[in-house]
Amino acid sequence: MTKQIIKMTVNGEVQEVIAEPRELLIYVLREKLGMTGPHVGCETSHCGACTVDIDGKSVKSCTMFAAQAQGAEITTIEGLGSPDALHVLQESFKEHHGLQCGYCTPGMITRAHRLLEENPDPTEEDVRIGMAGNICRCTGYQNIVKSILSAAAEMNASKEAAQ
Amino acid sequence: MHEFTLIRAETDEAAVSALTAHPDARLIAGGTNLVDLMKEGVETPTHLIDINGLGDLDRIEARADGSIMIGALSSNSSVAWNADIQSRFPMISDAILAGATTQLRNMATMGGNLLQKNRCFYYPDHNARCNKREPGSGCDAMDGVNRMCAVLGTSDQCIAAHPSDVCVALRALDAIVHVKGVEGHRAIEFADFHKLPGGTPHVEFDLAHNELITGIEVPGLPFAANSTYLKLRDRTSYAFALVSIAAALKLDGDTVDDVRLAVGSVGTVPWRSAGAEDAMRGAPATAATFSKAAEIFFEGAKPRAGNGFKIELAKRAIVRVMETLKEQAA
Ligand SMILES: Cc1cc2nc3c(=O)[nH]c(=O)nc-3n(C[C@H](O)[C@H](O)[C@H](O)COP(=O)(O)OP(=O)(O)OC[C@H]3O[C@@H](n4cnc5c(N)ncnc54)[C@H](O)[C@@H]3O)c2cc1C
Ligand code: SF4
Ligand code: FES
Ligand code: FES
Repeated sequence: MTKQIIKMTVNGEVQEVIAEPRELLIYVLREKLGMTGPHVGCETSHCGACTVDIDGKSVKSCTMFAAQAQGAEITTIEGLGSPDALHVLQESFKEHHGLQCGYCTPGMITRAHRLLEENPDPTEEDVRIGMAGNICRCTGYQNIVKSILSAAAEMNASKEAAQ
Repeated sequence: MHEFTLIRAETDEAAVSALTAHPDARLIAGGTNLVDLMKEGVETPTHLIDINGLGDLDRIEARADGSIMIGALSSNSSVAWNADIQSRFPMISDAILAGATTQLRNMATMGGNLLQKNRCFYYPDHNARCNKREPGSGCDAMDGVNRMCAVLGTSDQCIAAHPSDVCVALRALDAIVHVKGVEGHRAIEFADFHKLPGGTPHVEFDLAHNELITGIEVPGLPFAANSTYLKLRDRTSYAFALVSIAAALKLDGDTVDDVRLAVGSVGTVPWRSAGAEDAMRGAPATAATFSKAAEIFFEGAKPRAGNGFKIELAKRAIVRVMETLKEQAA
């Protein structure tokens, strides 16, 4: 089937990839662009492991054809922090044991990042509702919620200090 | 996944003519239902017509007469968080936020929500008999796992419950579906849009293959400012409803002046009962009145082995919602 050139900005860099219309965004990100942070947990829009940020919104990249991301701005976990410069959320997940096997974590943190942009000072309930699209089979969620609330507090404190 | 050709429609007319040219094409909006069905091989379109570039179809227009026109491409999130929707028709916002999760609501559009496929366990399963997927093959839900299935509007061919949350609210509000086809514009009453299964469960909508939904109009209804949506499900987030209630109530002192009531996940289409609403209008706003209306609502319900519990659950939920709205109105 006719392949197309898809141009998108991924983690701030303009990328051009050649893909068939039937290729799902998650596989283009992982296999063609080497962004292996977003995972495939279910491939049926349920688990949220494939969550990425598209044009400022959290989206499940297993439910989207890459061709639909033509011209889009995409952020994956790779765009939030790196091993030697962790994002506040990554630090916080590490600190509060917000992960065990880690499979859900990139999706969790990418979603949490957008959640805190939408609502910088969430209550525990806001976090639980806002994170409902991300499933974790290990932690029981308690420490994930704790990690996000603690990161929010830290981000707010450093914002205040900067003012 | 099977191969297909992607067409990007730039205008409503182009979308309609691409559909006309390709009898096995599908439109793609948010893709949250279609893409999953394509992965499972239930939908195998030869062409996908991407309508996300259709300019004005994502507008939400609150009009002076109290009505709101919701563009078909408005995302479920943008409708749920719209201030006019929240003040005029809170039940719409409540219904959307009770469904799916943020990631899906961001992608899912209103037009796509109206056309979402049912969640009957057997529908996507190629090893099962399903008249909806394969007309004439039989119905494995009838004597199988039918806990989620409908008790109203069923036929001997299909008992699948309509799964949408927001459609229950739109049914209660007598919304109007606007569509465009080769012969121009057509407006369809919400009550007529979803079809009962009867002998043709695969025919689900009053919508031709080559018609595009352009918008959903919610007529003004001042007392709908006092409305709500209650969804009961197996877990408190992220599950389809066992039963759900969309209702609006207007009181005149202690008497019910006007009322709207639709129940979700109990019917093969979003369900309303004129008899139940008539029984409340002019009657005292008491639990006895609400419970009588609930009895009338479920007259003629036909449970199967696994889903009889829905009837009692829904009756109690109706009373609870009406009591809540009564408190809110006072
Ligand atoms: C995990 C999960 C949980 C969910 N939970 C809920 C829930 O709790 N409650 C609920 O109500 N829903 C729920 N949904 C369903 C979701 O709301 C629908 O999938 C969504 O609304 C469909 O919209 P879409 O734009 O993505 O449609 P698409 O998948 O793009 O399209 C669906 C169908 O509509 C057609 N179509 C789309 N737009 C138009 C148009 N303008 N004109 C004509 N035809 C059109 C397409 O051709 C296709 O056949 C859930 C979905 C998932 C995946
Ligand atoms: S209830 Fe309807 S959708 Fe379910 S198996 Fe029977 S025919 Fe198919
Ligand atoms: S892999 Fe996309 S939601 Fe599970
Ligand atoms: S840490 Fe294992 S799935 Fe979440």
